[in-house]
Amino acid sequence: MAEKKAEQIPFVDYLKLGDKPHLVANECTACGARFFDRRSACAKCSNTTFKPAPVATEGILRTFTIVAFAAPGIPVPFVSGVVDCAGTSVRANIVNCPADPRHVTTGMKVRLTTYPIGTDAKGTEAINFGFEPIA
Amino acid sequence: MATDDIYILGITMTQFGKHKDKDVLDLATEAALGALKDGGVSMKDMGVLAAGNLMGGARPIAQEIQKQIGQTGIPAYNVSNACATGATALRVAYLTVKSGEADFGIAVGVEKLAGVGLLAGGARKEDGDTWQRSGRYGAVAPVDGRIGTDTMPGVFAQIGMEYGHRYGGANFELFAQISEKNHSHSTLNPLAAYTKKMTLEEIMGDIMIAYPNTRPMCSANCDGAAAAVVVSGSKLRTLSKEQQRRAVKISASILTSDPYQEACQVLPDVNTLTRMAAKQAYEKAGIGPDDLDLVELHDCFATAELVHYDNLMLCPEGGAVDFFKSGATWRTGKMPVNVSGGLESKGHPIAATGIANIWEICHHLRGEAGDRQIQGAKVGLAHVIGLGSACGVHILEKSAA
Repeated sequence: MAEKKAEQIPFVDYLKLGDKPHLVANECTACGARFFDRRSACAKCSNTTFKPAPVATEGILRTFTIVAFAAPGIPVPFVSGVVDCAGTSVRANIVNCPADPRHVTTGMKVRLTTYPIGTDAKGTEAINFGFEPIA
Repeated sequence: MATDDIYILGITMTQFGKHKDKDVLDLATEAALGALKDGGVSMKDMGVLAAGNLMGGARPIAQEIQKQIGQTGIPAYNVSNACATGATALRVAYLTVKSGEADFGIAVGVEKLAGVGLLAGGARKEDGDTWQRSGRYGAVAPVDGRIGTDTMPGVFAQIGMEYGHRYGGANFELFAQISEKNHSHSTLNPLAAYTKKMTLEEIMGDIMIAYPNTRPMCSANCDGAAAAVVVSGSKLRTLSKEQQRRAVKISASILTSDPYQEACQVLPDVNTLTRMAAKQAYEKAGIGPDDLDLVELHDCFATAELVHYDNLMLCPEGGAVDFFKSGATWRTGKMPVNVSGGLESKGHPIAATGIANIWEICHHLRGEAGDRQIQGAKVGLAHVIGLGSACGVHILEKSAA
């Protein structure tokens, strides 16, 4: 009997899974400002309508830190950074790369990747995103 | 003195550090009574009280202070604006006096933080049994550590590293050198929480918190309070010559919030609102950065100090690294920055910070700073950032009297 494949859900609303996982922003229909969270109105121009906009899956690491001290339960060290994805800034962990400043540098090219963070009591697997260096 | 100018008449900060035997009210009243005494006035003279105690939450700290030092029925404001709480309280008192509603006002900031760990990202909720979406990102579990960091050392590390990415030259060693400067300055400040000189090797070799910020490059959580009494120019003219001589003119009192920037939703932008506040302050005061004799800026982390050299226009845009390397910001340099030791060594009792940095400037302008006096100081700038964000900039001038 084949093992039942776990159902997968994205860790956050703005991550879309499937063959080509990517992020989707809420883009202001008036000024084009992009937001990953739900907004009552645009922070830039106060317009109240948004449309979904796919975000580029490759980008440049604009800044980072290597967190060595965090809340209990958070594995350290890990790399937190801001990736410039063709003009849209994304906050993410930098993964699949040693967490040290010899391997992580600002300006390096990275791409979106996904990985499971765990399976809940119903057998549903949550999938998160991170960015990995492009070799 | 112009009658519509506003002055600091009295100002005080308590010892920063661990106060095991004093509670929040002991510290707040010590500072408030100290500021009143320093100004030669009493609670009966005050027309407004504004107070902040960020970690106190909904606690009515202003009225609690009144119950310790004088319930006179005046308007009391409880102020909360992150790390800019003290500066905001001062501005409430300033605006009330400026409006003509009161001749005198008092602002108090107090915090008990000794031994507290991370102020944000210090605890993360456990994952639930089943994934359930919550919050505006629809996350199925807590995001801290999974999508970047919520910790302040990590956030401000990225702010400094971004500056390095944009302009070059900022590395671990440079940020550690900034910390070395502030720890060196602190040895002359008896009210600082930490007064130990540290070598560059000691700083870089200390416990890493969030690269490139090691522990001594982070602001020190501590207990402390600060308070200031403000007075109108017209009222000051009726006071004694000695009060007039020691009064410090508030040439600019500016508060800004963070305007929209493309990346501000993923990494707080502490640059734009600081530059806006500085620009407004220089215009209001009619002076430029070159006129400043000393600056106290918000070095909540060593990585933050660097970007604020640029934001406060102490150096050409993009030139903060060279500016620091020139030695300008050491107390012997042409633009001494954080001669108090800064938040990294003086300590950062959050709500007190935005008044304590003004106390430091006033201390020098009055010529009362003892061993760490910046000789001949006439003009100073105090800057504070509350993440969220709020920026307070005050320009202070020695009294002409």
